[in-house]
Amino acid sequence: MQASGINVLFLGRNFARLIEGLWVTMRISLLAVLLSIPLGILLGMFMTLRHPLAKAVSRVYLEFVRIMPQLVLLFIAYFGVTRAFGWNWSADFSAVLVFTLWGTAEMGDLVRGALQSIPKHQYDSAAALGMTKWQTFAHIILPQTLRRLLPPTINLTTRMIKTTSLVVLIGITEVLKVGKQIIDVNRFAYPTASLWVYGAVFILYFLACWPISLLARTLEKRWR
Amino acid sequence: MAAEETIQLEIAGLQKKFGDDVILDGVDLTVRKGEVVVILGSSGCGKSTLLRCINGLEPIDGGSILIDGEAITPGAKNLTRLRQKIGMVFQSYDLFPHKNILDNVTLAPIKVQKRTKEDARTEAEQLLLRVGLWEKRKAYPRELSGGQKQRVAIVRALCVNPEIMLFDEVTAALDPEMVREVLDVMLELAQGGMTMLIVTHEMGFARAVADRIVFLDEGKILENLPAEEFFTHPRTQRAKDFLQTFEFNKQ
Ligand SMILES: Nc1ncnc2c1ncn2[C@@H]1O[C@H](COP(=O)(O)OP(=O)(O)OP(=O)(O)O)[C@@H](O)[C@H]1O
Ligand SMILES: [Mg+2]
Repeated sequence: MQASGINVLFLGRNFARLIEGLWVTMRISLLAVLLSIPLGILLGMFMTLRHPLAKAVSRVYLEFVRIMPQLVLLFIAYFGVTRAFGWNWSADFSAVLVFTLWGTAEMGDLVRGALQSIPKHQYDSAAALGMTKWQTFAHIILPQTLRRLLPPTINLTTRMIKTTSLVVLIGITEVLKVGKQIIDVNRFAYPTASLWVYGAVFILYFLACWPISLLARTLEKRWR
Repeated sequence: MAAEETIQLEIAGLQKKFGDDVILDGVDLTVRKGEVVVILGSSGCGKSTLLRCINGLEPIDGGSILIDGEAITPGAKNLTRLRQKIGMVFQSYDLFPHKNILDNVTLAPIKVQKRTKEDARTEAEQLLLRVGLWEKRKAYPRELSGGQKQRVAIVRALCVNPEIMLFDEVTAALDPEMVREVLDVMLELAQGGMTMLIVTHEMGFARAVADRIVFLDEGKILENLPAEEFFTHPRTQRAKDFLQTFEFNKQ
């Protein structure tokens, strides 16, 4: 008689290990998101400057980060930089750094788009009321920009959470790696283990991203 | 309405270019306290540009604009202070969409003029009451009709306690049945002694509200006459032709 595959999830600490594995990537991605949002807002503001140098610098940065696969950036940060300069960056640090660089670029471009979508007469009305540039930005432009940014930022956040599973390739044991270990160990006792384990991973990812989009929807409703 | 003698706004030799195009060409205009001046002219003659120059939204290429004897200079330190003497309402409904009506109209008094919330609120509610929108004070702009939004925009400008109000075709984007409610508010303001500079295509309203008509053509002031005189005895052929287009519309 064959044991039902679902039991593999509750064998020993298997389920807890899966959650710990997910937390490893969640921590990296959330840290990167939290850093990317303020940095991206600054980058986005910088990108709207008319100065040609500002445009060129931000363009190059954006293109570079976008063209390079995240995996290549991870390898450069973790293996390359360590070799070249002898800095001993941990895998976690390299991952946060790379995802922050990427997130900042994407966020910057979103912020630039949102800033440029605010109609010109919003600036004019604020100016006509005697508001300074800074007051206009703080009270009129930024709040409207943030509202417009909410949906694409949530989208970016979930993309970053999903992409951080790449960190397995620089030796970080994340949820998929844990899953693979569980499957390998139980291959003979539970032939359907892979279905159950990957199914569980799927549901865990869903449960991690679901509250984020719920939060987004609540905020969107309140801000409309 | 006898205008007092104090000069509120003095424009001399105003030049404005966009690229190589001369948009305003030596405009001289004096507006006294309490005077209501309506600017007429065909599309593209520079009416909006003139109003935008007056509160420093456009840099100018020559001449001077004095408010209470102080020069309006874009970028200058005193500009935000001088702008508080000038209220402006634009054609587009340009309320701040993320703030409710009360917050829209009290933002500048609180942030720019550093008045207390209670003080700003009290005055705002009184003005909203006067234009019949007190019930809407908690609503958001998207919940208002075009005419209501324009009345709020007028209140927002008034809450800074300006000495002169500029109106740029504020009814042009409105459905016909909403034009009246906005014009009535402006008429009441005029009767209350506010100094006003109005750009409009509503001839009946212009005639009713104006002390003086300024007729602008290709960036030059062709006529500057008491309202009745302009409508009954325009001096230039251009002005006659301009008025004719409205006569024709009536048939
Ligand atoms: N930002 C700008 N850049 C270049 N040209 C401009 C700009 N704004 C206005 N113009 C030009 O200046 C001229 C005067 O424009 P303005 O908007 O002042 O006319 P107007 O009298 O208000 O016309 P309307 O009755 O259609 O509103 C027009 O020829 C217009 O094309
Ligand atoms: Mg105009």
